[in-house]
Amino acid sequence: MTKEWFYQHKLGLLALLVVFLAIGLLASCDRSEEGGGAGQVQDTGLSADANALAQERGFTPDDVYAALKTYMPTGELDPYIMFASGGQGGQVLVIGVPSMRILKVIGVFTPEPWQGYGYGGSSNDVLASGFMDEDHPLLWGDTHHPSISETNGEYDGKFLFINDKANARLAVIDLRDFETKQIIKNPNAINDHGGAFVTPNTEYVIEGPQYAAPIGWEYASLDDYDAKYRGLITFWKFDRVTGRVDESKSFQIELPPYWQDLCDAGKGPSEGWVFCNSFNTELATGGVELGNPPFEAGTTQNDTDYLHIINWKAAEEVYNAGKYDMINGIAVISMQTAVDEGLLYFTPEPKSPHGADVTPGGEYIVVGGKLDPHVTIYSFDKIMKAIEGGGLDTDVYGVPVIPLDASMEAQVELGLGPLHTVFDDKGYAYTSLFLDSAVARWALGGPYADKHPEEGWTLVQKLPVHYNIGHITAAEGDTATPDGLYVVALNKWSIDRFANVGPLLPQNFQLVDVSRTGDQMKLLYDMPIGMAEPHYAQIIKADKLQPFEVYPEIGWNPETMSIHPNAITSPEEARVERDGDTVEIWMSVIRSHFVPERVEIKEGDQVIWHLTNLERTRDATHGFALSGYNINLSLEPGETQTIEFTATQPGTYTFYCTEFCSALHLEMLGYFLVEPKE
Amino acid sequence: MFDSDVKVVLPDGSTRRLMDYLLPSALLMFGALLLVVSIFLPYWSMTMEAPQYPQGLHVDVYVNRLEGDMREIDALNHYLGMPVLDEGGQLERSISVISIVTLGLLLLAGVFVHNRWAAVLALPAILFPLVFVADLWWILYQYGHSIDPKSALGGAIEPFTPPIVGRGVVAQFATVGQFEIGFYLALAAVGVVLVGLWFHRRAYKPVQDARERMKTAVPTPSS
Repeated sequence: MTKEWFYQHKLGLLALLVVFLAIGLLASCDRSEEGGGAGQVQDTGLSADANALAQERGFTPDDVYAALKTYMPTGELDPYIMFASGGQGGQVLVIGVPSMRILKVIGVFTPEPWQGYGYGGSSNDVLASGFMDEDHPLLWGDTHHPSISETNGEYDGKFLFINDKANARLAVIDLRDFETKQIIKNPNAINDHGGAFVTPNTEYVIEGPQYAAPIGWEYASLDDYDAKYRGLITFWKFDRVTGRVDESKSFQIELPPYWQDLCDAGKGPSEGWVFCNSFNTELATGGVELGNPPFEAGTTQNDTDYLHIINWKAAEEVYNAGKYDMINGIAVISMQTAVDEGLLYFTPEPKSPHGADVTPGGEYIVVGGKLDPHVTIYSFDKIMKAIEGGGLDTDVYGVPVIPLDASMEAQVELGLGPLHTVFDDKGYAYTSLFLDSAVARWALGGPYADKHPEEGWTLVQKLPVHYNIGHITAAEGDTATPDGLYVVALNKWSIDRFANVGPLLPQNFQLVDVSRTGDQMKLLYDMPIGMAEPHYAQIIKADKLQPFEVYPEIGWNPETMSIHPNAITSPEEARVERDGDTVEIWMSVIRSHFVPERVEIKEGDQVIWHLTNLERTRDATHGFALSGYNINLSLEPGETQTIEFTATQPGTYTFYCTEFCSALHLEMLGYFLVEPKE
Repeated sequence: MFDSDVKVVLPDGSTRRLMDYLLPSALLMFGALLLVVSIFLPYWSMTMEAPQYPQGLHVDVYVNRLEGDMREIDALNHYLGMPVLDEGGQLERSISVISIVTLGLLLLAGVFVHNRWAAVLALPAILFPLVFVADLWWILYQYGHSIDPKSALGGAIEPFTPPIVGRGVVAQFATVGQFEIGFYLALAAVGVVLVGLWFHRRAYKPVQDARERMKTAVPTPSS
């Protein structure tokens, strides 16, 4: 550019300069009004320092809001605790809300070495109680639906139940120490899904079925599907005193082979009833390789499937009256008896639905359409009137069917793939929309209509989540009095939400703020779950949980929740005794030594090894790992465990503490010498 | 107030207020009561602070027993080969209750002894807090000087005496010693007893003086 060029364009350049100056002036005025620094994009309403930090990280006001909602200052505790299933990992995850920090992984169906679960000690017996039989161990599970024990329809924080879909098992976790106490293999079902759900006072833990199979999973050709395959719902009697399910007082009800899915127990007016959706009234048996429709098509032909309506209180009376057959050691009420005694009714639900969720007051049952864009809301009152009215048609198995127009209260169109519904304290329901990848907030009607500004039975807001939401959970959201505040979207896919860790991706738990009414739901936080795929989760107020800080007394047996008969209370009592080929060891464990430190035995000896952690200080846990013998215990303060094994491998082995307990932790070891046979 | 119309007649016929005699008795009895009550309260406490003990470790020392986190402190101190806390001052603790009750009874006896011997009877109670502190120091000194050089960490820690009042540091532990309510009651008893003795003297000195006057007085001729 030459001088001439500037002269020729001096007017234009001058004009440009004026324009730039004007813009600069305006911008500076704008900034001074906002009180921010240079380069400001938008005001976050924070102090200068915080504002600068927020801007440096490119935060929007929504981001700042989310950060302030979820950030838990160091040392502060979360007000809510979420129990999430661990999916095909077979555990339960314990997560703080709203910080979304993982607090614990509870071993349930799968051995967990860090907590000594399944590597010696009484937890081996717990796992073994859930084996198919002695020769057929099951060392994993597919945990789906955790259920906190309830009193009057409210979480009481005492116990947690969870099912294993893969093998039809139920586990009981004691929330005094967050450890699995019982695994019970369903003697007549080989898979399940509609569990665990508890009745309002935890009288029963419900284990509903999934894929039909002959009772006791006897062999039967799929040609005999209609006649021999069955659904089966189990009512496990729970004894709060022993903290165990009592199989001898439990019963099952035979159901048509309709692939019952998710269940929920009624409460309030509907207490005494349980509701389960189903999705194969077509009685499809697959066989795409034979030219049959594949299951995915075969099970979706009918416009409607059946919501199962089961009177468990009446079933209990039928059971008490002895009207059942004992099959494989458990009472089974036949389908015919269930129909004759008025225990079982159906009502149509839009095809292949998911979820059957009872509203907090127990008036309605909400069923997600899955392949239908609606949630269908059933009135318990109408169902009762229809049952009292009688004259109902039946399905092919003779079960009375209440027509949809006689049971339905409302339908709300939410979007694509409505699955599962939870509730808040403001009269809203929240339904996961799988295909839309969204959370739908919608307004309940009836007695809930005056709790929110919107008209009842209307969609209020759809919030995108990332991605493919399955279940949804809310703070105490399936109890009689939900808390509101938080919803967590339990997303199946995370795609691009986290750093790439290879082709197997974490799941994504997304925390949603539901504290404000109307369309003010906000996404707050993404939490990756880097292990298996959680299904359902429940969120309880943290102060309802009163776990032990350390076991109440030295010598505590966590299995029996009482003093272990082989506990010792001081190192002076530690000893080794031999009786023939049996060597029994009483060992004390305290920082930073085992007593005895030398255990010398002979090859082939039967070893019975009792270990007591003498510590009384919180977190003074010791591990006990024995090389070469697949043994690793976690001995929490006060805990006593017994391990038994045969010393089949001669040689020199070490045992040591696997929890870094003290400055002399590395020195906490001993030698286990197995002298070879002559 | 206090029956001001009732007088005490001294041997020489002079009179004094009843209150002059009730007050020292009451004070000595109150001193005895304070001492006996102090048996049920902690005299001294020790709090150990360390990063991994957010609540600290606390031991309350009563005249006859210890309460608190001795178990954990013992577990830690085994690394130094030190004896368990419960071994400290066993003799003193075994005789403490009977001794303090005796101190109280001696004070009560002072109520009935109307001369300078009352002060001698009260002397043990007056000296008691001093004896307690001296003994406590001796126990702490012995404790801190019982480190076994062959124990796990014994070679790394110099012998020490935990502070009776204030803060001392050993490794990552800060030990804070302080007197507790029981000791302050014993101190208060000393104060009450000293005041009581002063009034005691003020009440009974005139009695002695009156007796002296009676002995030395020249008999007046009968009229």
